[in-house]
Amino acid sequence: MNFDFSDDQKQLRDQARKFLTEKCSPKAVRIVLDGKAPYDKELWKGLAEMGFLGVAIPEEFGGAGAGHLELCVIAEEMGRANAPVPFSSTVYLAAEALLIAGSDAQKKKWLPTIASGEAIGTLALFEGKGNPAPKNVRLTAANGVLNGVKRPVADGAIADFAVVAARTGSSGRDGDISLFLVDLKGGGVEVKSLTNLDPTRGQAEISFRDCKAEPLGGAGEGWSILCQVLDRAAVLCAFEQVGGSDRALEMGRDYALDRIAFGRQIGSFQAVKHMLADMYVSATLARSNSYYGAWALSTNAAELPEAAAAARISATQAFQHCAKNNIQVHGGMGFTWEFDCHMYYRRANAMALGLGSLSYWEDQLIDRMRKKNAA
Amino acid sequence: MNFDDTPQEAEFRATARAWIGANAPGQYEDELRKSSLGRTVLKSANILEVAKAWQKKKADAGWACLHWPKEYGGRGSTPIERVIWQQEEGPFGQLSRMFIIGHGMCGPTMMAFAREEHKRSYLPPLASGEKIWCQLFSEPAGGSDVAGLRTRAERDGDDWVINGQKIWTSGAHYSDYGILLTRTDPTVPKHKGLTMFFLDMKSPGVEVRPIKQASGASDFNEVYFTNVRIPDHQRLGEVGDGWNVSLTTLMNERSAIGAAVSTGFPELFEYCSSLMLDDGPAIEDRAVRSKLANWAVKASGLKYTSMRAISSLSKGERPGPENSIGKLVAGSMIQDVATYALDLQGASGVVSGEDAELAGRFQAMLLRAPGTRVEGGTDEIMRNIIAERVLGLPGDIRVDKDVPFSKIPTKGRG
Repeated sequence: MNFDFSDDQKQLRDQARKFLTEKCSPKAVRIVLDGKAPYDKELWKGLAEMGFLGVAIPEEFGGAGAGHLELCVIAEEMGRANAPVPFSSTVYLAAEALLIAGSDAQKKKWLPTIASGEAIGTLALFEGKGNPAPKNVRLTAANGVLNGVKRPVADGAIADFAVVAARTGSSGRDGDISLFLVDLKGGGVEVKSLTNLDPTRGQAEISFRDCKAEPLGGAGEGWSILCQVLDRAAVLCAFEQVGGSDRALEMGRDYALDRIAFGRQIGSFQAVKHMLADMYVSATLARSNSYYGAWALSTNAAELPEAAAAARISATQAFQHCAKNNIQVHGGMGFTWEFDCHMYYRRANAMALGLGSLSYWEDQLIDRMRKKNAA
Repeated sequence: MNFDDTPQEAEFRATARAWIGANAPGQYEDELRKSSLGRTVLKSANILEVAKAWQKKKADAGWACLHWPKEYGGRGSTPIERVIWQQEEGPFGQLSRMFIIGHGMCGPTMMAFAREEHKRSYLPPLASGEKIWCQLFSEPAGGSDVAGLRTRAERDGDDWVINGQKIWTSGAHYSDYGILLTRTDPTVPKHKGLTMFFLDMKSPGVEVRPIKQASGASDFNEVYFTNVRIPDHQRLGEVGDGWNVSLTTLMNERSAIGAAVSTGFPELFEYCSSLMLDDGPAIEDRAVRSKLANWAVKASGLKYTSMRAISSLSKGERPGPENSIGKLVAGSMIQDVATYALDLQGASGVVSGEDAELAGRFQAMLLRAPGTRVEGGTDEIMRNIIAERVLGLPGDIRVDKDVPFSKIPTKGRG
């Protein structure tokens, strides 16, 4: 058994960490946090040059053709660095949707531009409150044009293209939903930025008015493609969350070692030690669940839906837990804008919602476990 | 990343599987599979006899104490082979429960500190299950603070004379031998005045009394020592070095990798899958599903954490400290799971025993669960270990560190 990343993959992780430590310091993240730039363009360019954006994109489409385990280790580092770039939207959602359902021409058009950093992509799924469900998709597609409003759309204001979920039928079944590919720089699109919990990753509202769109995948196959995309993204986001959890835990640990109160290191108080020990427990459980998700993702195993839901829940809980208790360990200083703790708190809570809420994934996990048991 | 055996591992697995298939006491498999925390494992036979017979059979064929050297009754296997054996032994591994302390703690301590002739005479019958060993560390005044123990050992010629009391000794009532941590010098700070011995539990002056636990069952004992004589050649390690010797024992306890920890989750999931609530199947209920999902990811997280440790073993590495979370997570989880299972039963959840739902499985689990959060290191001690050894946080400030043991206060009030 080798339930671990290979030495090459670990080396890639070290390389990504080194690169991000240099190019994505908390100071760099703050430029986006403070609203001085919509995302870190230099970093995005650098990620492309390092080959990280296209690491799982096949060579014939301009990528490095490495694989999803390699993408997982990079994702972990992106989460650890709290990178203010549209990585998850472009790489986990848009590129994955293209890889699963794109025609040869669509892949040739968009995948090389993703790998090179020229194009930012996203998934436009949500329409206000509610979790992923066919009934919540109201935007219509007819005669090759889309009409409706999507919100929130992650990185919608900086994206060049979007994969859009649209209603093409009214039978009340999953087959009512189809996917479309939209060039957001064309006509019929109106984009409005939304303030959101995590300013280091933008959210937008996109209105489509008689907007031209081309189908992505077969008519009526949209929901089944989306479910696959969300499962794959759930595993990849879980690695970001694991990276973020570890970093928040480290920050708390370091502060507990440095800070003196009542004449001793605060890390010598059991109340603080035990809080940090519990954070370590959450982070470890999340990491282990995510490794299983990585295995299922990289081998396209039948276990992927269950593994993805477990990784999603575990990593979401861990990141929220570590980020909030990191602030608690820091005390009053943790609640200042100046300290970096709130960046992880914001990211943790935004990520907990992005692919559908925790309660949605809990529901999914139980459905999937029942299916497995019935089989 | 894969779950595949290496060719050598696969060969070992096939050999082990074939031997277990041909030799295991299959008539008890069903009962062993259905056992859960707080439940008597076998009803149809005396478990001690069944366990001893299975252990002897394994020993005769070279399958006992896989990780021990051959000359002491083991197989000289690699750590990963030991894990593979546990996986293949499956429910029959339940029959090793009364040997865990002997094989996992007493044996390795003997190997590290006993005289060669003692190793050769005492270890093989321990490996084969013919002799059972217990560990006599905890005392009424020394639980988490083991080094606070008060049982005295005083030199008298070639012997030591033991007086005092131990508690929470698993299996003392059926044990043949034990390793015993004593205080030989109360005038020095507590960690420095300890000495370790092994002894015959049938020695005159040893009295074993079962403890009736809060659950009503008796898995543990008190052991009283009144002028018990132990020859000096049964001393393990130097006089005054007992603390270091005990660390060897405890390290072995915590390094048991791949041993499944009981979370109660499979039992709860199975229960909820068929349970009907007032307004429909439990498994369709949103609140139930949310609870199940939260426990599911803890159970799977523990499972894959253990797989990661096994992978390190397979590569010949020492597993990291991740595995230390198992007991901490599982202990409180099984308590919560049992509490919730009874909540689902409504007022009738109060009924326990054979007449209760599922013959009282979750009621028994609930009553046994508090012990899991205390035995082998309380939740709080486990958190200290993680905080100090994994995260590198400072140790507790010890007010008794440099104080002679005899000057340490013994009462909190009055």
